[in-house]
Amino acid sequence: MLQTISLFAPQLVLAFFASQLLSTGAFAKKDISVGVRYFAVGVLVLYAVIGFILGQPTGTAFKGALVVDSYSHYMNFFLGMSAAAALMFSKSFFQTEKLDRFEFSVLVLYCTLGMSIMVSANTLLALYIGIEMQSLALYVMAAFNRDSLRASESGLKYFVLGALSSGLLLYGASLIYGFTGSLEFARIAEVVSEGATPGIIAGMVFLLCGLAFKISAAPFHMWTPDVYEGSPTPVTGFFAAAPKFAAMALIARLLVGPFGDITTQWQQVIIVLAVLSMFVGAIGALTQTNIKRLMAYSSIANMGYALVALSAGTEAGVKGMLIFMSIYVITVIGIFACILQMRIRNGMVEQISDLAGLSKSNRGLAIILTIFMFSVMGIPPLLGFFGKFFAFVPAMEAGLTWLVVLALVASVIGAFYYLRLVKIMWGDENENEFVQAPKTLRGLAVITALLVFPLLLLPMVSIPAQSLISQAAASLF
Amino acid sequence: MFENYPILSLITFLPLLGAALLMVVTKFAGEDGRAQMEKNAPRVALAVSAVVFVLALVLTLDFDSAKAGFQFVEDTPWLGGGIDYRLGVDGISVLFVLLTAFLTPLCILASERSIKTRMIEYMVAFLILETLMIGTFVALDLVLFYLFFEAVLIPMFIIIGVWGGKNRVYASYKFFLYTLLGSVLMLAAIIWIYNFSGQQLGAPTTNIETLINDLKIPGGIQTWLWLAFFASFAVKMPMWPVHTWLPDAHVEAPTAGSVILAGILLKLGGYGFLRFSLTMFPNASLELAPLIFWMSVIAIIYTSLVAYRQNDIKKLIAYSSVAHMGFVTMGIFAFNSQGIQGGIYQMLSHGIISGALFFCVGVIYDRMHTREIAFYGGLVKSMPVFAAFLMLFTMANVGLPGTSGFVGEILTMVGAYQVSPWIAAGAALGMILSAVYALHLYREVIFGEQTNEKLNDITDMNRREVLILAPLAIMTIILGVYPSLITDITSASVENLIANFNAATATAGN
Repeated sequence: MLQTISLFAPQLVLAFFASQLLSTGAFAKKDISVGVRYFAVGVLVLYAVIGFILGQPTGTAFKGALVVDSYSHYMNFFLGMSAAAALMFSKSFFQTEKLDRFEFSVLVLYCTLGMSIMVSANTLLALYIGIEMQSLALYVMAAFNRDSLRASESGLKYFVLGALSSGLLLYGASLIYGFTGSLEFARIAEVVSEGATPGIIAGMVFLLCGLAFKISAAPFHMWTPDVYEGSPTPVTGFFAAAPKFAAMALIARLLVGPFGDITTQWQQVIIVLAVLSMFVGAIGALTQTNIKRLMAYSSIANMGYALVALSAGTEAGVKGMLIFMSIYVITVIGIFACILQMRIRNGMVEQISDLAGLSKSNRGLAIILTIFMFSVMGIPPLLGFFGKFFAFVPAMEAGLTWLVVLALVASVIGAFYYLRLVKIMWGDENENEFVQAPKTLRGLAVITALLVFPLLLLPMVSIPAQSLISQAAASLF
Repeated sequence: MFENYPILSLITFLPLLGAALLMVVTKFAGEDGRAQMEKNAPRVALAVSAVVFVLALVLTLDFDSAKAGFQFVEDTPWLGGGIDYRLGVDGISVLFVLLTAFLTPLCILASERSIKTRMIEYMVAFLILETLMIGTFVALDLVLFYLFFEAVLIPMFIIIGVWGGKNRVYASYKFFLYTLLGSVLMLAAIIWIYNFSGQQLGAPTTNIETLINDLKIPGGIQTWLWLAFFASFAVKMPMWPVHTWLPDAHVEAPTAGSVILAGILLKLGGYGFLRFSLTMFPNASLELAPLIFWMSVIAIIYTSLVAYRQNDIKKLIAYSSVAHMGFVTMGIFAFNSQGIQGGIYQMLSHGIISGALFFCVGVIYDRMHTREIAFYGGLVKSMPVFAAFLMLFTMANVGLPGTSGFVGEILTMVGAYQVSPWIAAGAALGMILSAVYALHLYREVIFGEQTNEKLNDITDMNRREVLILAPLAIMTIILGVYPSLITDITSASVENLIANFNAATATAGN
């Protein structure tokens, strides 16, 4: 009994405290949003580390619905930390916009619970439950500023398209159930290994399409720029980081688990998604003037690079994806911590041109943002380069040389718009006075920048981190 | 002497430490201290780079030129999976380290007056640049090499983009994207080699020594990999026809930026050819050498002609750089000891001469804020010292015997002659053309009547400027009359390189 509890302790922590905070908030006489936020951050950190505290137990729980392994421990850690960071950087924004409600923290907790179920899913049913739990929380968060037309629009748009993708996903799941007679990954894998019928392959493609919506891989990316632009900025920052990683992790588990024996079948799908995403992201971003839309296209392109790693279909590929996505999440959190600091008198900075002269008005911030820009560009010695390096190595190993070359070309195209930001910050004349940023945001930006360079590149950090990721990737096979 | 000390790491990362120190101190100095910091930043940077120069000098003196292999090797596990932190120098790279450490303090000295805004950031960028350039030359790991090689783009982009001239945005983008596109192809090749080494050697590695000595890459693929590396080095070099970013970048960059660009960054390409193309892909190098030869000769003749037609002094020198780099590639791909020694010599000498020429342009640009050739004339009367310095460097650029330029050019031509007399003849024609444009420039700027009234008040070089140009002038002459200063250091490594090259190509021929 205790054994089983220790297995799903992370989910238990989240579910218990989320409900507790929800009822506390609902019955509280006065506004307790600040307290709830800090408590929720604590819960998320506890969730992130509890798997490691309990000595990384492994096994399956709930009659095989959830699987707990090194992979899920690693993901829990990362998801918890990035959700906690997102909660921290949303604080000042919501306070100044007078939107601070305790529900936001609770929603983040529920969303993270959904994600943690996703990364541990071992049946199609758990997979669906996880995705829906995460998505429903995200829809509400997108429209959290309910008086804003744009936010409501983005929430609705997200919901409608999200429901469509869930439909695709369920259709795929039902096909697979019909052709294999089971929802369990292990059983599906057995049937698939005996030979994949067209029905199974069709079901798998539908599943992948539904999941591609979640990671906003082209051609299922249409919602991303609009939702990113319309949502409150901290919510956008949250969208861009943890949920993407969780969905990507789920795709990896699905592909190498139940469909591990038909690599050649899904490889083509993943390659198409990867190539389209990289180029749609890189070219689409060129003409953007809004930072959040730019980040949307940037995340589309980055999903493409992560898919390049996955397309290898090997353990090294999963490892490459994990490294790439971890670095991506760190960078995105850092970038949003920077964007959220830039507040001018009449509101948040959203236009790229508002960054003009940042290097004079706020030198520290400009340096940090420049580091992040060169990092997402993939220029060494910043961490982003190593993300791409380790993502492309397995693809090359699998003989996909042309795909790697395409990916590198796409990243050169992408470099152009990041460079534009750097140029505006350093080259253009100052127009805006920024309001002094709160300490939490500055601290968060500095910490993530130091992680990007040089902390995670020091041997004493990089080698243990790599072995942790290797272990996580190995546990899938 | 340094067996137990990581002297290469020290030389490489000392400037970075200096940069970090500058930033941290500025951060805590506050607004009041900032003005003081603006004044002190160049001094701090100068002190740091001077220490680096002394260390590099000691390193070169301590270097055992009789040994062909890598010395002062450092090896620490870094990223795992065979990608480690490895540094070391051999006869080919040690002098480039010294050249970098030699030019950087001069650049910093020159910038103290000519840079008007954001002095602290400028110095930080320069110190970071120094770290990255030295790192490129001492890296003994393919990924580490790529890291330094590529990272150079960041400070250079900022130096051109922030402190550049009117058209700086266009120039900095062009510089960045051009070189990045070349480099990513090399990255693809590096990833391929990394995987291939895992298959052939049992464990993947990016150790350059292991790759050079043990990895046997099959012929057809060698050509592809060679081309991928070539894409990167040719852009960096730059070779005709991918040289067009260079004139733009030079014209817009501030004086010290141009000096570093011409003096060091262009050499990264030539160094890359020597270090990787010849050693890891010998058969492909042999096979594609005619291509390089023709590209070099076209570069030498064509860009010399283009240089003659320029109105802008910096552009003229930039095109002449492309022509001189043509001699380097021609020498390297002659695969004999004269050619390769000459290539290295030409790179070092061009680093000094072109750097000096850009400093000279900076001298008159700081006074008149224009680089138009037609604007100047008759400077010999008002600026005799300047005229003398410019005379020396112009003659060195042409390749007058007694200057370092002569040694490099004659060696590369002797090397090339052994392979193809026609190529050498083409290069000789280029030497004549270089005299045409260089003397044309000198006549227009220095001699003739002074017709422009704005030049009436121009003053001669001040002490600081003499202090900058004097070491360069001395080096130009010393290297011109005493070439074995350099060739003694490089010869063992070069002979070893050629022996390995011949062994590799001979077995492939059977």
